[in-house]
Amino acid sequence: MIYRETGQFKTSYAADQQIFPIRQDRVGIGILLAVAFLVVPAVAGNYWFNAILIPFLIFSLAALGLNILTGYAGQLSLGSAAFMAVGAYAAYNFQVRVEGMPVLLSFVLAGLTAAGVGILFGLPSLRIKGFYLAVATLAAQFFIVWCLTKFPYLSNNSSSGVISVPGVEILGFKFDTPASRYLLVLSIVVALALLAKNMVRSSTGRAWMAVRDMDVAAEVIGIRLMRTKLLAFAVSSFYCGVAGALYAFCYLGSVEPDGFSLDLSFKILFMIIVGGVGSIMGSFLGAAFILLLPIFLDISLPALAGLLGLPFDGATVSHIQLMVFGALIMFFLIVEPHGLARLWQIGKEKLRLWPFPH
Amino acid sequence: MIKQFKQLAIASSVAAACLGAAIPAAQAAEEQFFMLPSYRVGPYGANGQSFYGGFIDYLSYVNQKGGIDGVQITWEECETEYNNAKGVECYERMKSKAQKAPGPIHTMSTGISYALVDKAAADKLPLAMMGYGLTSAVDGSVFPWAFPLVTTYQMQASAIIKFLKDKNAGSLAGKKIVYLYHDSAYGKEPILALEAESRLNKFDLVQIPVAHPGNEQGAQWQRIRQEKPDYVIMWGWGVMNMTAIKTAQKMGFPRDRMIGSWWAGSEEDTVPAGDAAKGYMSATWNVAGKDVPLIADIEKTVYGAGKGNLKDTSKLGTILYNRGVSAAVLSVEAIRAAQAKHGKGKAMNGEQVRWGLENLNITEARLKQIGATGLLPDVKTSCDNHEGSGKVKLQQWDGAKWVVLTDWIEGNKQLIHPLFQADAAKFAKEKGITPRNCAAEAKK
Amino acid sequence: MQFFFEVLIGGLLSGVMYSLVALGFVLIFKASGVFNFAQGAMVYFAALSVVGCMEKGAPLWLALILAFGIMTLLGIATEKFVLRKMVNQPPIALFMATIGLSFFIDGFAPLLWGNEVRPLDIGLVDEPIPWILDSYNIVVSKFDLVAAGLALALVALLALFFQYTRVGRALRAVADDHQAALSIGIPLQHIWALVWAVAGFVALVAGMLWGSRNGVQFALTFTALKALPVLILGGFTSVPGAIVGGLIIGASEKLAEIYIPPVLAGWFGGNFGGIEGWFPYVMALLFLLVRPEGLFGEKHIDRV
Repeated sequence: MIYRETGQFKTSYAADQQIFPIRQDRVGIGILLAVAFLVVPAVAGNYWFNAILIPFLIFSLAALGLNILTGYAGQLSLGSAAFMAVGAYAAYNFQVRVEGMPVLLSFVLAGLTAAGVGILFGLPSLRIKGFYLAVATLAAQFFIVWCLTKFPYLSNNSSSGVISVPGVEILGFKFDTPASRYLLVLSIVVALALLAKNMVRSSTGRAWMAVRDMDVAAEVIGIRLMRTKLLAFAVSSFYCGVAGALYAFCYLGSVEPDGFSLDLSFKILFMIIVGGVGSIMGSFLGAAFILLLPIFLDISLPALAGLLGLPFDGATVSHIQLMVFGALIMFFLIVEPHGLARLWQIGKEKLRLWPFPH
Repeated sequence: MIKQFKQLAIASSVAAACLGAAIPAAQAAEEQFFMLPSYRVGPYGANGQSFYGGFIDYLSYVNQKGGIDGVQITWEECETEYNNAKGVECYERMKSKAQKAPGPIHTMSTGISYALVDKAAADKLPLAMMGYGLTSAVDGSVFPWAFPLVTTYQMQASAIIKFLKDKNAGSLAGKKIVYLYHDSAYGKEPILALEAESRLNKFDLVQIPVAHPGNEQGAQWQRIRQEKPDYVIMWGWGVMNMTAIKTAQKMGFPRDRMIGSWWAGSEEDTVPAGDAAKGYMSATWNVAGKDVPLIADIEKTVYGAGKGNLKDTSKLGTILYNRGVSAAVLSVEAIRAAQAKHGKGKAMNGEQVRWGLENLNITEARLKQIGATGLLPDVKTSCDNHEGSGKVKLQQWDGAKWVVLTDWIEGNKQLIHPLFQADAAKFAKEKGITPRNCAAEAKK
Repeated sequence: MQFFFEVLIGGLLSGVMYSLVALGFVLIFKASGVFNFAQGAMVYFAALSVVGCMEKGAPLWLALILAFGIMTLLGIATEKFVLRKMVNQPPIALFMATIGLSFFIDGFAPLLWGNEVRPLDIGLVDEPIPWILDSYNIVVSKFDLVAAGLALALVALLALFFQYTRVGRALRAVADDHQAALSIGIPLQHIWALVWAVAGFVALVAGMLWGSRNGVQFALTFTALKALPVLILGGFTSVPGAIVGGLIIGASEKLAEIYIPPVLAGWFGGNFGGIEGWFPYVMALLFLLVRPEGLFGEKHIDRV
């Protein structure tokens, strides 16, 4: 009833091909963006910005990057954190070494650097598939982190290998409050997400999906495998690279190579699987779920234990959190292996008929 | 009549007692809040467990003894899993609570400390990094809010060299020392100091890094066997330590020529290595054992009242437990110092606690008062010296416990401190910070 | 030259330790097509269970049996509550589920037994064998030799089991196609529970050896990272591949750690040690470019 596209006639090609062909979607996205840009900065506190919203957006972007590679092009990767590291360190170097370098430009260059590295590590995908490829991307994960540790040049000769990034300033405006940083990150993420949404429904995106579904068949119908796969690696790494730059500049402020560990790569993988493989929206939902769940457990479990009068010490609570987190992931996969995005889709189908399902 | 009078008297005295009780209760509303981004799970969970157990036990102990001049201490833990991003989340979550009257923040993680240095300074919350962290923060003119208290990796390395020098009749010339380190910020910090020492004392320094996590060190120790060094100095953490000790045994390298850093010298490192660890030495800035009066008193008072933080009381008196207590002692002392200046019996705000940390003067006499004689060295901080001590002891594992070998040894300050200043100056330049003028502040 | 051989032998023996962990992966992958990321956590859990039982007063042999019982229960529970409900899901979903499982175990194991680092003494001292040291000046550890012997025995046993028993044949059928196996009457549940129990047993052996070497602690889960390149090199489905892969990875990793950093330092200046973290992966990667299915992996034929 509420969500029904009857009566919306497309009379031109342009109307038929817009990003959100259904009016309700357009309105929904519009409201969402309006809330994100206007309402949230007005109501959210510093904790929300610094500990939840900013990392949520950054991880959504990284998850989006991985989703392009894994969800659309079908190449499983366990090295996303390393590409984030490339982005973070590249942006830092462009900022510190080039006098007067605009921050946004250095973010873009950081993304491009990551894309270059991504292509390099994407080359094996031309021969290797599936889990073999996944484990091969681990090579990228460990090798890149090692390089960042070993070449002092990359961390501007810091004796500890840790980089501490300069503040973000665009056209004289200092992004030093959490709210302003949030808006900066939000703008970048929204722009890149829309770009991704557009890309996956273009011929590039269709080529990716064809390769994902069966690469030999795709090759037979004339898709150039090498170009398509490497492009997926490049675009994906670009997204991860920008996310890494934002992670360093707008979130932590100081990063070390070890911070971009395998754990982080896994976390990003969790996000797309819980959120929905092959779904732009799923990247956001997954990032929210994986980030918020531990925080939620962290806050609620001790309170719950206190309420029930259970004699938990700190260690026990932490252990139970880990167990619950693992159990919930398994539970989710059992109940809905296609992720939160699929639930959303089912919800939309239901809404289409509601309240008169017959 | 008399009976009534009696009743009245009882009633009034009860009321008076209640009132009397109510007055201190009102005062006790003054509270100092400690945020504890702790870790008890994950690869380093066992270490965090002991450290934060000791830390919290001391806070409970102070509370049971009436607080810091009547100011009660409250605290909240948040699990970081030794993960930087989670550490930041914990910090952000608890910081609004800490804004009013914070205790120094202890993360016991070099990575998390790095991530918090700027944030804590912006939020005006004092960050303590006792024996870890951003060591160039010794220069308080650039890092007013960060305190690598007691001693730093660099000073420790220098002290170890001094110990070896004394052992070798005052000269290390021509000796060969291998520096085996965890390949991270933690392991890399002392390199510059060791290189400076090697130039000064003319010994040969061979650096061998171990990739994280360090649970396999065959190649590194084969190399050590080939190099035939006189000593191995080791900067390990977690599983790397016992693997190193075990692999040394496997390669036939004598353990009494291995010296670990203070994060490589706890029971968690030696007990699992079994007999292999016998003779292994390490530096430490706090001693182990329950014979320190304070530790014994904590066991009696806190655990006696059933308020202990650890389920496993065998951890009491271990190196890391005592280190947690020492860290808490210094934090509480800083608040006392702040109270002495800004008003006794009041909760201190961030700026006041920062002042306290910067003007700590814990003498032997004061340590004795607390019951912590010999537990940690005397500490005296100032604006240009946030370290305050730079002393360590050397200890040796005898197969069952740590035996202290030396008195406090101070590193070569003239050699090491300029390194901090150079690093801090570079940091200030990169970040566009104007350093405070410590000399001018001291005159005021 | 003597030094080269010492490193080589040390590397080969370390490689066997990696193989032990890799074996567990292979077993489960072979039987159910699941890439079981929780294998590292299982190694940890198994070793912790042994130590935990011993702390409660059980002698070593009893602790081993109890730990095996616990691992079997874990296997059955995993089958019953997770895998059974995910039949015919894409492999990546199953893979994810095992990551979830590894989190669960990471929390559950220390909750049950405590998280402190503990020694595990199985009566083997890790010392150089004196006569080899004296006559050739080469360090060969007694401990490593025993471990290698144990690993080889285990592999032989498993290979026979897979090749010649009914259950083994059923396992191979299940690995080929879940549904086809079900349709010809192979009881999938039993097979899976069984294979998880066997993997648990392998984890127990690996946990004992690694645990007595490095102490029983959370870091045992990291052994999985050492096993992955072995797995790629040897192929996901080959038991002998795990051993050969382990030997190759172990030896080349140690040789590389000794001989490559000086070369790099000559080129760039600085200290380039610590390449063990990535070298096996890069090597496995280069190897895959030549043989995409690993050393002993089954050839995969694509049909459109």
